[in-house]
Amino acid sequence: MGEIYVVAEHRKGEVREITFEMLFKARELCRTFSHRLTALLLAGKDAGFADDLAKRADRVLVFENDRLETFNSDLHKEILNRVIQKDQPFMTWIAHTSWGMDLAPALSVKTGLPLATDCVDIQAEDGRPIVIRQIYSGKLFSRVSFKESPGYLMTVRSGAFLPPDDAEMEPGEVLKQDIPADLAEPRKTFVEFVDTGAGEIDITQADLLVSIGRGIGEEENIATIRELADRMGATLSCSRPVVDKNWLPKFHQVGTSGKSVRPKVYLALGISGAFQHVAGITGAGTVIAVNKDRKAPIFRVADYGVADDLFKVANALKEKLAGA
Amino acid sequence: MDVIVCVKQVPEVIDADLKISREGTGIEKEDLVMHINDWDNYAVEEAVCIKETQGGTVTAITIGDDESEDVLRRALAMGADKAIRIDPGERELDGFVISKILAKVIKDLEYHLVLTGVQADDDNSGMVGIMLAETLGLSHAAVVTGVEPEGDLARIRVELEGGMDEVSRIQLPSLLTIQTGINEPRYVSIMGIRKAGKKELTVIPVANLGLSEDDLTPRTRIEEVFLPPETTGAEMIEGDAASVAAELIKIIKEKGVSI
Ligand SMILES: Cc1cc2nc3c(=O)[nH]c(=O)nc-3n(C[C@H](O)[C@H](O)[C@H](O)COP(=O)(O)OP(=O)(O)OC[C@H]3O[C@@H](n4cnc5c(N)ncnc54)[C@H](O)[C@@H]3O)c2cc1C
Ligand SMILES: Nc1ncnc2c1ncn2[C@@H]1O[C@H](COP(=O)(O)O)[C@@H](O)[C@H]1O
Repeated sequence: MGEIYVVAEHRKGEVREITFEMLFKARELCRTFSHRLTALLLAGKDAGFADDLAKRADRVLVFENDRLETFNSDLHKEILNRVIQKDQPFMTWIAHTSWGMDLAPALSVKTGLPLATDCVDIQAEDGRPIVIRQIYSGKLFSRVSFKESPGYLMTVRSGAFLPPDDAEMEPGEVLKQDIPADLAEPRKTFVEFVDTGAGEIDITQADLLVSIGRGIGEEENIATIRELADRMGATLSCSRPVVDKNWLPKFHQVGTSGKSVRPKVYLALGISGAFQHVAGITGAGTVIAVNKDRKAPIFRVADYGVADDLFKVANALKEKLAGA
Repeated sequence: MDVIVCVKQVPEVIDADLKISREGTGIEKEDLVMHINDWDNYAVEEAVCIKETQGGTVTAITIGDDESEDVLRRALAMGADKAIRIDPGERELDGFVISKILAKVIKDLEYHLVLTGVQADDDNSGMVGIMLAETLGLSHAAVVTGVEPEGDLARIRVELEGGMDEVSRIQLPSLLTIQTGINEPRYVSIMGIRKAGKKELTVIPVANLGLSEDDLTPRTRIEEVFLPPETTGAEMIEGDAASVAAELIKIIKEKGVSI
């Protein structure tokens, strides 16, 4: 096995957690195979992230330029392509985020290197990587191999590799790199960031969340769960399909593209447990799931489960609370 | 504005009991209901909305067997003008090969925008769209939740993590991968689908495209499909609804929530 290159992701002046997760896992692999770990940082002038990354890698290659202040897949692709062609790392890892999803497949075609996305585990066997991915909305896993190639690309799922608090080490080298002089003008230009999560209620502050998913079936059915939430003194939240259908405003949404919540109790009704949803409830004290499908992935992360119709359970809860 | 939209037929898996196939590298599909990939449904709606406000045409494309023409007829019923099915025969496909096949067909068509879904609900890989863009040499953006054409440009919204959108301007022609919730896909009736049967639907065998063996060779291979590894999992509460409710109330109170 050869070197691993990890592309750092940062937003609004902060290195994103996924970067540290990738560096942690990559270092574990590099240790096993005694190889060097390199972090790649593309950022605006004087971003100041390099030292933080150096504590977690053998070296950091830094490309600083005003044009790199916010992510731009055209520029990232050009620069990374040149680095990969020149250094030929064994593996290059990119975050499986919106930005990573915009970059990695293009880089794969540009470099000619094979790509596996959204990996939850990465190993190497006989000099080739093997990755584990989820398929069919997390109902099954797959073990994926690659066609032989001088290098391999993967995008890595957030939360798959959690670094311990003491993941730092002797700082590695920070090496400033020149930006290629002949970079083409990007075809996409940044205008602004827009906060979409704000609203009348703040689900992140609730002690008890009653959360509904696509299992609610019809918009009209929300009223009965709202009633239950009111009776319990709980706040109503939901999974993405409920917002997509405009049944509840976006500020109710839990998950990667919604909010991360940390209630004492999270009661999930008719939510299957897709990773983008459960990533938002890792901070919950206790998770209770009600789902009519006994095999729903949510039961893998919940503390308590009820394999039944959500309306039956909701009505029984209401009756009990009324009688109490 | 001419728009091309890529659609895929996938099995409905949420309520299904999935069985791993005998070879262990896929699933048994016989008993599963097939439907349009959720993300692609939004992409078709977006294409049709753009046509309705800007004029132009919509062409829907899929790579799949003859059964997958259902998703094309559905797209035609929603307002697409033409449909193309590329028949892959017995070939093994991965995201890379799919993107190369789509690129070969699309490069000879007229378009200002190519739309795909963010990801397909079977492989959950989210790579075909952006690979296709790079092969066609197009500007691109992933996870798009808003498109407003402005002459040679489009103002787009990309959904980032944590309740944040990024607004940018992108040069056309462009490829965008469409995220759910961008619009409200219209309802299509059986009648509508039947009527759309009169619209043009072309079938092209992949062998006729003259793709190189390299382009038709998958870059990744599923070696094994397996059930999620055992976890301790949830403690299941069994019994009639009333006793389940009593137990749940007890648990919630124990965790320090007063209800
Ligand atoms: C880039 C990206 C970002 C995303 N961000 C988010 C996000 O922030 N938050 C989010 O939630 N998702 C997000 N998603 C979507 C995510 O992948 C899933 O599609 C979504 O979480 C599924 O929601 P669900 O569980 O409500 O619906 P489904 O997966 O359709 O599950 C519905 C469940 O309800 C059960 N059910 C049906 N009827 C009943 C009944 N009567 N009683 C009991 N149970 C019943 C079914 O068994 C099923 O398990 C994102 C996806 C992408 C690609
Ligand atoms: N067989 C196919 N035919 C047409 N389009 C496809 C096909 N497979 C994938 N796509 C498109 O690519 C998107 C992403 O798929 P994937 O990369 O497989 O997750 C889908 O939402 C479709 O728009």
